[in-house]
Amino acid sequence: MDLHGFGHLLLAGTWITLKLAFTSLFFGLILGLIGAAAKLSPIRALRWIATTYTTLIRGIPELLLVLIIYFGTTEILLRLFDKYIEISAFAAGVTALSIAFGAYATEVFRSALQEIPKGQRESAMAMGLNRWQTFTRILMPQLWRIAIPGLGNLFLVLLKDTALVSVIGLDDLMRQAYVAAGFTKLPFTFYLAAAFIYLLLTIIFMQAIRFMEIRANRPWQGAR
Amino acid sequence: MNSNNHHTDTQPTTSATLEVKDLHKRYGQIEVLKGISLTARDGDVISIIGSSGSGKSTFLRCLNLLENPSKGSITLRGESLDLVSNSKGELEARKRHQLERMRARIGFVFQNFNLWPHMTILDNIMLAPTLVKGASKKDSKERAMQLLEKVGLADKAKYYPGNLSGGQQQRIAIARTLAMDPEVLLFDEPTSALDPELVNEVLGVMQGLAEEGRTMLIVTHEMRFARDVSSQVMFLHQGKVEEFGPPSQVFTNPTSERCREFLSSHL
Repeated sequence: MDLHGFGHLLLAGTWITLKLAFTSLFFGLILGLIGAAAKLSPIRALRWIATTYTTLIRGIPELLLVLIIYFGTTEILLRLFDKYIEISAFAAGVTALSIAFGAYATEVFRSALQEIPKGQRESAMAMGLNRWQTFTRILMPQLWRIAIPGLGNLFLVLLKDTALVSVIGLDDLMRQAYVAAGFTKLPFTFYLAAAFIYLLLTIIFMQAIRFMEIRANRPWQGAR
Repeated sequence: MNSNNHHTDTQPTTSATLEVKDLHKRYGQIEVLKGISLTARDGDVISIIGSSGSGKSTFLRCLNLLENPSKGSITLRGESLDLVSNSKGELEARKRHQLERMRARIGFVFQNFNLWPHMTILDNIMLAPTLVKGASKKDSKERAMQLLEKVGLADKAKYYPGNLSGGQQQRIAIARTLAMDPEVLLFDEPTSALDPELVNEVLGVMQGLAEEGRTMLIVTHEMRFARDVSSQVMFLHQGKVEEFGPPSQVFTNPTSERCREFLSSHL
């Protein structure tokens, strides 16, 4: 495939796409854990906040979320400081994608937490472990094992949702393909090249997720 | 090591190992424990029997606050657990730190073993001593291997719980509890989840502990074990102590009619 000298741009775009995906994954996982803890909390206000969060975010298209955060933030800054401050498309993209990923991850973590038998927590506490030790040593490793397939799926979706951030001008893979296609008048070539790269990344990450699943399941291997 | 490796009859002690006073527990409108008091001295092996729903498991779970009682006091070797009412009308620990410290001194063996499936047997036993007591890895490992030897499963150190039978898992769970050198051991129906042919291996380990002079409270349906191994038997009925005394009295000459009925259908 002849890329007319645009190959390195596509690569640079791929790098930005990956950075965007992994940064959003990081913050999204944290949001998801907090969301799940809030949903299972005995405090009603926390449960209400978490439910509102997941309902609201899951009810809005991701594209709209990206636009609202990007333009909304500039508007708020304009009113606060009375001057136009441009925010980085990357930061806006990470914020939007993290919030979206976090909402779905909340549900994955919540159901995973509920799947761990109550006795696991009880036996830890009966031995004198404190809450933090119980969470990090007993619950988290088991939570992780149950949640990997669901989270893996969400990550594959996230990887492709990064393309939405191209609408606010971030030079990710999608936007670089779009620019190259417009410049060379060869849309098919460049969109196909981009599609191929997305597909390749997806296949690589699917393997990585499978590997993590197998690793996390190792203690259960051969169990009766 | 423990200081309680002796029987009360050979060396009487003035202070109780575990003292429970007037323990109540209600779930909404239903009161499942209606004021239970119990004193366990060093080396006592107290079996708690009664039909299902009599409150015997709830009683045991209240002792280390796996369930929150609604009234009462719990004292371990003179140290009272500092309890305070919460918004639901239950008692909870005023200081989490004290509760954690007391739990570390009270061993609890569950009906369903509750071993941690993501850790090897060795790690299951070593976790709490290193994490809670700050013991060194080397010492904990040595102690864990001794305990595995004691329950007859030294060859399973590197296995995961899922690879063991129920009886083996329960023996490991007992070893895990012993690793903390608890001052009293609570057993919550330790053989009820086991296939009949696996019950005896667990009872054998427990009998060994009783003979060592460990202080034990055992909720059980194994009447023969209760009769042969315990120093006292407590019969609970509808949240109250109906009968209490040495097994010779409770099993052969119970004063309560209900206890008589219960035993005639369970022996």
